[in-house]
Amino acid sequence: MIRFLLRRLAWSALVVWLAATSVFVIYFAVPRDVARLIAGRQASEQTIQIVRRRLGLDQPVGVQYVSFLGRLLRADLGESFLTQEPVTAIVARDFPVTASLALGSALLWLVVGVGAGVIAATRRRSHIDHAITGIALALYSMPTFLLGQLLLFVLFFQLYRAGFEFFPPGSYVAFSDSPLQWARFLILPWLSIALGTAATYSRLTRSAMLDVLDEDYIRTARSKGLTERRITYRHALRSSLAPVVTQFGIDLGGLMGGAIVTEVVFGLPGLGREAVQAVAMQDLPIIMGIAILSAVLVVTANLVVDLWHALLDPRVRVE
Amino acid sequence: MLVLAHRGERLSAAPKTARPGEPLVSLERVVKEFPVKGGGLVFRSREKVHAVSDVSLEIRRGETLALVGETGCGKSTLARCVMGLHAVTSGKVVFDGTDITRASHAALKPFRRRMQMVFQDPYGSLNPRRRVGSILGDPFDIHGLATGAARLSHVHALMTLVGLNPEHYNRFPGDFSGGQRQRIGIARAIALHPDLVVCDEPVSALDVSIRAQILNLLADLQHELGLTYLFISHDLSVVRHVSNRVAVMYLGRVVEVAPVDDLYAHARHPYTRALLSAMPVADPDGAAAREHVVLSGDPPSPLDPPSGCRFHPRCPRAQARCAAELPPLAPAAGDVAEHVTACHFPLADHELLATTAIGQRA
Amino acid sequence: MTVRSRGPMALAFERLRQDRAAIAAGFTLAGVLLMAALAPIIASLVGHGPGDQFLDIGLSPSGLPIAPNRTFLLGTDSLGRDVLVRIAYGTRVSLLVGVLASALAVLVGTVVGITAGWYGGLVDRGLSRLMDVVLSLPFLVFALALVAVVGPSLTISVTVIAFFTWASVGRIVRAQALSIRELEYVQAARTLGASQARLMFVEILPNVTASIIVYTTLLIPGAIAGEATLSFLGLSVVPPTPSWGNMLADAMAYYRVAWWFVFFPGAALLITTVAFNVLGDSVRDALHPRRETAAAGSREDAA
Repeated sequence: MIRFLLRRLAWSALVVWLAATSVFVIYFAVPRDVARLIAGRQASEQTIQIVRRRLGLDQPVGVQYVSFLGRLLRADLGESFLTQEPVTAIVARDFPVTASLALGSALLWLVVGVGAGVIAATRRRSHIDHAITGIALALYSMPTFLLGQLLLFVLFFQLYRAGFEFFPPGSYVAFSDSPLQWARFLILPWLSIALGTAATYSRLTRSAMLDVLDEDYIRTARSKGLTERRITYRHALRSSLAPVVTQFGIDLGGLMGGAIVTEVVFGLPGLGREAVQAVAMQDLPIIMGIAILSAVLVVTANLVVDLWHALLDPRVRVE
Repeated sequence: MLVLAHRGERLSAAPKTARPGEPLVSLERVVKEFPVKGGGLVFRSREKVHAVSDVSLEIRRGETLALVGETGCGKSTLARCVMGLHAVTSGKVVFDGTDITRASHAALKPFRRRMQMVFQDPYGSLNPRRRVGSILGDPFDIHGLATGAARLSHVHALMTLVGLNPEHYNRFPGDFSGGQRQRIGIARAIALHPDLVVCDEPVSALDVSIRAQILNLLADLQHELGLTYLFISHDLSVVRHVSNRVAVMYLGRVVEVAPVDDLYAHARHPYTRALLSAMPVADPDGAAAREHVVLSGDPPSPLDPPSGCRFHPRCPRAQARCAAELPPLAPAAGDVAEHVTACHFPLADHELLATTAIGQRA
Repeated sequence: MTVRSRGPMALAFERLRQDRAAIAAGFTLAGVLLMAALAPIIASLVGHGPGDQFLDIGLSPSGLPIAPNRTFLLGTDSLGRDVLVRIAYGTRVSLLVGVLASALAVLVGTVVGITAGWYGGLVDRGLSRLMDVVLSLPFLVFALALVAVVGPSLTISVTVIAFFTWASVGRIVRAQALSIRELEYVQAARTLGASQARLMFVEILPNVTASIIVYTTLLIPGAIAGEATLSFLGLSVVPPTPSWGNMLADAMAYYRVAWWFVFFPGAALLITTVAFNVLGDSVRDALHPRRETAAAGSREDAA
């Protein structure tokens, strides 16, 4: 088990290093004058030179790379071009928002997705099954931002016009300040990320359960007299969960993307919105920092899922 | 049990071409081991599957040599070593005087024309997504021998030769029955008129009623094209009617080789006796009178074969010497040079395996 | 009577033709394709170009977009431009990127997958690790990073989407290649002396095509959604070129007063992606029918 852990850690470190290197390559090896970008279009040649020296851009690429890695290891992500604020401070400020968004959605999509899948499977070919399948199809086809806009329009705006201000967008209240308000502002964003993914999970669960429910051992259980409910939850569901867990690991990677668009749609002050604004302003250190951080987060999440898998299934450790 | 419909002769007519009886293929001390992959980022091989251990065998031009044994005894692996599909771990494979043991993929290519294989599974040996004409055209395409219309006429000729309707060349394998697919497989094997054809259980997956037809076909082809066969099977009743010589394998080693009549009448090795006794016989009264041998225990794993004679844990005649010393392949007392056995205590003609106690000798 | 033999593909096509959902989806997509192809014609028919701003008749006195009427069939946007025409042109962007990026991803993924699955050993390990890395990188974040430096464009859109999707195709193709490699007909071709390339592409590839086709049809809606997301964030085509994504981004500020501005592009996007997904599902069902009759090998008639 320890060996497995070490191997996974080594692999994760490798991926993070590769991510950081690609970020470096994008910024420093691409033929665009970063210094000019920062200094502004009207800047004189002198200013540009000063900026260049300050950023260490006059050094050879190799040296820049090494210092880049060195700074990363010290958790130094540089400073914002515009405000000089250290990127790590910016990230620390935005992180709780994105984390709340991500974790809440993940939980929601698991519960709703698997639940809907089970219902659809156990009531095969009923109206409910068809309805769930149809809605799921629409939900996972559309991009997250569209779903967000839809929710905003229907669940906020129409209700608002009718006089009920339930889920206003645009603010974030920390959990520590008021859990109720925290949830209130996050429900629509949670739904907009979760529903799309839940739709995939419901399909996955449904098809996995349908396969399992056809198996002989389920037939045996029924003939032994077990209640349908017991069969569903104790026997069929357990076997169907395996692909769900695998999928979860994969989807953790996509969470970041979902978070980005959702924060933009709902105006939440998280890492995603920060990154998008930074692109518009060409504030490179912020984007770089967030990109590398995202890679670290995704890799860590995958590591945790892999460990969980290995704990459950010893065969995984051997490969 | 099998009746060859209109053939009284064996599958071993002497070909018109030269050198009948001389070795076409020579295997010298061939060993094939497969490493069992251990885990880890670094490739570590811990254990090995000893598929073939120190086999020396000759296949003579014009003959049909049968290779028999249980599943897992290594006969298919050995066949693939002969064909160059597996690289042997050690030993030599000599084809018609040329050592092809370490030949590269490219160097082997001209030899591919001279030795071919008929596979066991008629449903797996043909690519389901390719048309039969295309599959049969492969040999000509790969070796650059014919294209276009010429190739097509070759394909038609081949199909006729094996008893198929040439107009069906545009069909998919799924449209044919098992027996027909096996004919296609045979056609593919003989397309370039090879010297050697390895038949790996060619009729095992077919209905009994079809087997005779396919065996007849193989006999005819051997006669017309001067083929040499290495015939692999686990079914001794089939083997009896088709071979000149038989080699019996057990757990990676050859334990007995003999001309076919000799083997059936005068089997020397205990394992051979056991196999023969398990052969179904049509006559119920005759069956009751036969020797009935039941081997104890399970066949051991090729990962960790027994020391000395590999059969000793299951052999009713085994003694201390059997575990300690590997018996060489040599003629037993009174046998012709052709009939060799690897046993310290080979059975005499009148001896029965089941009733021989330890220590008693004929 | 001649019996025509139909290959597995032809049979699958037959099944597809009888699938009503597939037919509906097919017609829908034909409509979408038509709209994309005829965009200029639509523009000239209504007399409005995609970039024409009608600040006088296209905006209300207070400067807000106007609702669908006889001149502007689907209403106008924030700059008085005809929404219908812009949606039509936006279709081109979506289809172009969707199909192109998917095709590219599938091409690269197939070659890599077959190579990895066929050669095994170090080649396989290396390529598999590569695919794992690509799959672990977060898509949107890196797209953002790239665009920040290189600037938004259609090419970036296609490249980025293709880059982040080829690996999932590669993994599936690799798995299939690994199992097919051991089948007897591949061994048979080897004994005939076929070269490695021939074995990979004449023997293995045709048996993988079914999966590839399914995967491609399922990749396309994802690519379209991806492109829409990228345009929404301003990372794809440059305004004033219309794309559904950037229209929806503009519409964000106006959703309270101009529902048509959000609804129509959104509907176009939803309809297109749903249709592709339905078609993809049907294609998959056609190529891998569930509960096939057991073992075609149970027929043993006269040889």
